[in-house]
Amino acid sequence: MTSEPLAWYIAGPCIAGCMALLLLSGKRLGVSSNFQSLCSLAGAGRVADFFQIDVKSRWWNLTVLAGIVLGGALAAAWEPALKTLEPAWLGGAEAWTSAASWLWMLVGGFLIGFGTRWADGCTSGHAISGLSSLQLPSLVAVIGFFIGGLAMTWLILPFIGTP
Amino acid sequence: MSARGFLWYLSIGTVFGYVLTDAHVVFLSSIEQMFRFQAFHMYGVIGSAVVTGALFVAAARRFGWFPVDGADSPIHRYPAGWKKYLFGGTVFGLGWAMTGACPAPLFALVGAGYTPLLIAIAGALLGTFTYGCVRSRLPH
Repeated sequence: MTSEPLAWYIAGPCIAGCMALLLLSGKRLGVSSNFQSLCSLAGAGRVADFFQIDVKSRWWNLTVLAGIVLGGALAAAWEPALKTLEPAWLGGAEAWTSAASWLWMLVGGFLIGFGTRWADGCTSGHAISGLSSLQLPSLVAVIGFFIGGLAMTWLILPFIGTP
Repeated sequence: MSARGFLWYLSIGTVFGYVLTDAHVVFLSSIEQMFRFQAFHMYGVIGSAVVTGALFVAAARRFGWFPVDGADSPIHRYPAGWKKYLFGGTVFGLGWAMTGACPAPLFALVGAGYTPLLIAIAGALLGTFTYGCVRSRLPH
């Protein structure tokens, strides 16, 4: 099956619209801090001060996160072709039983979780929210995103391949 | 959080997740094409989001919709510096290119039925936990 993506000039302003609605509600768009909240809920505060945070003040963001799951589900229900676009080793049922897929996703996910907390933001926090408010640290972070992404794509993946 | 607040934030997240999925932002192939400079699509999505967002922030400042510059602003002001942004950003970029997903897409993909991405989410939680344990030894 094939699927035409929503045009970039519609998708981009819609994403900015989500950020705008959050700012008008006194909140901000930033997804990766939810990982810190989830660690805190799991009791990580007993191990490291970094997780001794007031999760109550962040429930709104975990609610946004739940909405993101729901949004993915609605999109796939509306357009079933969207369920066929990830490679099988990444999103297919066989990924559950492949050691290579597990290792790949654990390592990739680890880098995402470690890097976003170190940089204090991900694509939504830095690239969208930070750049929209013209912040230099966010530009540095986005340059970092591309240094890492280009290094993986051009220098590492050609040698290790994918699962 | 009130029931109304819950529905409000859930709805914003739903629109966000829907758009990311419908625009293919969440898929590995889109991120591959971005990092290989094979398609304009992702640059268009991020670029038009930033331009629209910047116009919105400028309008909010001009018309006083919410405090933009003060300490009471909902906009997070990142402290000056470069090390944590550059090094942390680079580490994240490596993972982004491996999985083709940044944090929001990981969750949208699970919703869309690609449940093995839960493994990547577990990895991300492990990564965040590890950062929290070793952060005092990292340059910031």
